[in-house]
Amino acid sequence: MSTVPESKTNGETTLSSEDEGHTSLAKRLAGANTLWIGVVLLLLIAVFGAIRPDAVLTTFTLQTTLVETSVLLVLAVGMTFVIITSGIDLSVGSVLVFSGVTSAMTMNAMSGGDATKAGWGVVWVGLLVALVSGAAWGLLNGLLIAKSKIPPLIVTLGSFGAALGAGQLISNGSNVAGVPEVLGNTLGTGTYLGIPNLVLLAAVVAAIGALLLTTTRFGRYTYAIGSNEEAARRVGISVTGHLMKIYLLAGVLAGLAGFMAMAYFRVASVTGHDTDNLNAIAGVVLGGTSLFGGAGSVVGTVLGVFIPAVLRKGFVILGVNVYWQPIAVAIVLVAAVWFDQSRRRARNQR
Amino acid sequence: MSEPLLEARELVKHYGSVEALRGASFTAYPGEVVSLIGDNGAGKSTLVKCLSGVERPTGGTLLFEGEPLELTSPTDARDHGIETVFQDLAVAPDLDPAANLYLGRELRKPGVLGWLGVLDKHEMRKRAAEHFYRLGVSLQSIDVPIAALSGGQRQSVAVARSVAWASKIVFMDEPTAALGVVQRERVLDVIKRVRDEGIAVVLISHNMPEVLSVSDRIEVLRLGRRVARFKGPDTSVEELVGAMTGALTQEDAA
Ligand SMILES: Nc1ncnc2c1ncn2[C@@H]1O[C@H](COP(=O)(O)OP(=O)(O)OP(=O)(O)O)[C@@H](O)[C@H]1O
Ligand SMILES: [Mg+2]
Repeated sequence: MSTVPESKTNGETTLSSEDEGHTSLAKRLAGANTLWIGVVLLLLIAVFGAIRPDAVLTTFTLQTTLVETSVLLVLAVGMTFVIITSGIDLSVGSVLVFSGVTSAMTMNAMSGGDATKAGWGVVWVGLLVALVSGAAWGLLNGLLIAKSKIPPLIVTLGSFGAALGAGQLISNGSNVAGVPEVLGNTLGTGTYLGIPNLVLLAAVVAAIGALLLTTTRFGRYTYAIGSNEEAARRVGISVTGHLMKIYLLAGVLAGLAGFMAMAYFRVASVTGHDTDNLNAIAGVVLGGTSLFGGAGSVVGTVLGVFIPAVLRKGFVILGVNVYWQPIAVAIVLVAAVWFDQSRRRARNQR
Repeated sequence: MSEPLLEARELVKHYGSVEALRGASFTAYPGEVVSLIGDNGAGKSTLVKCLSGVERPTGGTLLFEGEPLELTSPTDARDHGIETVFQDLAVAPDLDPAANLYLGRELRKPGVLGWLGVLDKHEMRKRAAEHFYRLGVSLQSIDVPIAALSGGQRQSVAVARSVAWASKIVFMDEPTAALGVVQRERVLDVIKRVRDEGIAVVLISHNMPEVLSVSDRIEVLRLGRRVARFKGPDTSVEELVGAMTGALTQEDAA
């Protein structure tokens, strides 16, 4: 293939190998949802900050917002991968509970019933148990979705109920106390250079997730499968294997989130996580990831999970009834999906 | 003529109760353009899917370079130097043209990063741009998702992808259906150039003048069976249409 055809036809330029200079970063950002969601977030902070500068910008408010959101962020990073493949994972909150319970109970069992005074060896085993518990549920989800071809909505609705039920069975329906103090004092409420350790861990998870998605072949296949599963299969991508890994990843991260929540609250709680799945999905979708699959980013998710959190904090500070918060989030969420959908429709009509 | 590169004998393919192929045979020689024609629903796309590892035939045999071959997956076919432009294109609309060109064959960075799975996006982009340029594929930008391109441009990208990787045979299932006059000529040029490199090109098209202008041979499929074979230069549109509709049959074709 060496002959070069004429390079201009009726005004349309043929791409030449010289004019492949990089599109400017600004231009690419402007086209992305990520930019807009970042602007919305900054606007929210600016508005709340302008009204009550004393309360909003104190490190305490900032810190508590960050800490409370970091567990959710870890769930949402896994959810981003899942949703980009055009899947969904409703089980993350229940897997979080299950992993926290198995981890706490293992640590207690290793310490004669109460792990409060246990050392680091026990804590590391606890972490391992949490991650493996999460991985087990993720693997089960992946098997049923990728191998048995049952829709993800149904599979993870099932494991949403089953994982919570299993967690409550093991713990007899009550919270598991006895979390090691060394864990609570370090990962739970400790700080490094003034930044809470939980936040640092969540930031590391998000950074690795972002790199995995944007720079690696794993990430490329994630987009390809969400964009056109059959096309991915026809170019030889192992779609089944990849989807298994994706749900496994979501499960492991839910396990890690369970460990983090347990460290923070110093108890493995079996309640209060019923809507974690929806909060994570909302964050991901607010961050510009498409429910139709094929498009999205971890950076967007980071911004997206902070919008509900900032709204809640803002309403508290301003004295607005906090019950407005879910309503406000719902409006933003529906608007985000509507925006994505109309953009896709415009695109597909060509 | 030389030994056939690829020979399908009596392929059968059932989809439930639908018999898409009922003992279809097909032959392709190295370095030729062979057109596969037939009415809508004759089984052309199904045959192509069977010969590119996407579908597994219910019955029949396949010979590749004289040896029996069983294609178990699209990867298997690609490993044998078989590439395909599918009728539905099989591109990922959210990925850009370079990503689609390299889909499943991504280049990785050298060293540790590559071992970690990090892509060499810059190199892929550069080579993709050169490749599109060589084939005369006009794109306003190489950074937009394929979905933002016109239907014809998308088709051109799919064609470019197949010829970039093929070393033995390329199947093109209606590669010119959405193309304008200029782009269509380009694709036909590409087909001839690929053929001149010794690669077999199997062209599926409903455009008879196009088929006649480019083909060395023509095989006709009707109701899932091969019903006629022609030498490209010595046939006419009337003969082809006759064979496709069943008005004309050749005894030795099946
Ligand atoms: N996945 C499938 N499931 C069921 N039936 C199918 C499937 N694919 C093809 N068929 C049937 O097989 C027959 C042949 O289809 P095929 O797509 O191979 O035809 P074709 O010759 O490519 O037609 P066209 O010129 O319209 O592209 C048709 O009757 C079609 O309905
Ligand atoms: Mg067809």
